[in-house]
Amino acid sequence: MKVSEIKDLLSAEIHSGDHLMSKEIIGAYASDLMSDVLASIYLDDKAVLVSGLNNTQLIRTAEMLDLSVIVMVRGKKPHPEVIEMARENGMALLTTNLNMYNSCGLLYSKGVKGFSNGRID
Amino acid sequence: MEELIKRYEYEIIANDFDIAGSTSSSIKRNLKSIGVDPSIVRKVAIVSYEAEINIIIHSKGGKMCLEIYKDKLTIRAHDNGPGISNIDLAMSEGFSTATNEAREFGFGAGMGLPNMKKYSDNFNITSSSEGTNIDIDIYMD
Repeated sequence: MKVSEIKDLLSAEIHSGDHLMSKEIIGAYASDLMSDVLASIYLDDKAVLVSGLNNTQLIRTAEMLDLSVIVMVRGKKPHPEVIEMARENGMALLTTNLNMYNSCGLLYSKGVKGFSNGRID
Repeated sequence: MEELIKRYEYEIIANDFDIAGSTSSSIKRNLKSIGVDPSIVRKVAIVSYEAEINIIIHSKGGKMCLEIYKDKLTIRAHDNGPGISNIDLAMSEGFSTATNEAREFGFGAGMGLPNMKKYSDNFNITSSSEGTNIDIDIYMD
């Protein structure tokens, strides 16, 4: 699924990374706890990170894992420094008013499966 | 003794959440620029980031080093205390003593030390009230 389709599916707003709109995403990982995300080393740049965390550590975590697409859920308005860091790292940062459960449910229903231990479940 | 090719040292300041992760970001960029395999860079970035965050949220501050050898990369994290009272407990997945402030920044999953061990080829930790020392090797292949 393309990032632009994720944007439409989740009625999301895009804050950075317009150049990634045609990027293909094959899997997802969702968590508010960054060490849980970091435990999934095999997430790669074809994964979207779904999180309700609204601070720079969200971007740092994505950076460490080479992730380039992030969806911030629950109607969070990203802090300016978060948007700036996403931009610096060439990442697409999207926000949606949907909560995490519904965001993930919609993505799953369209074939975006979860990453776990290096596999797509 | 393997020959050290290059060594970087970084100061880590306690409770400074604003720049948390910037050291690991530098380490990652350094390794990328010298052409280290991306999957190795990612492993180093994860252990470095976890170590950096631990120093920031749990210690009185400390230092981190990246040492580059021909066949391996070594991350050394040293802090100035107060130390870990029960290392076995701290190494168990899900155990956390993170403060509420650290939790607001997305930490406190209790996966920091387990992640460091998981992604390292050699992992050594010692701790006393004087401080905690972690040495991690990640092989190039």
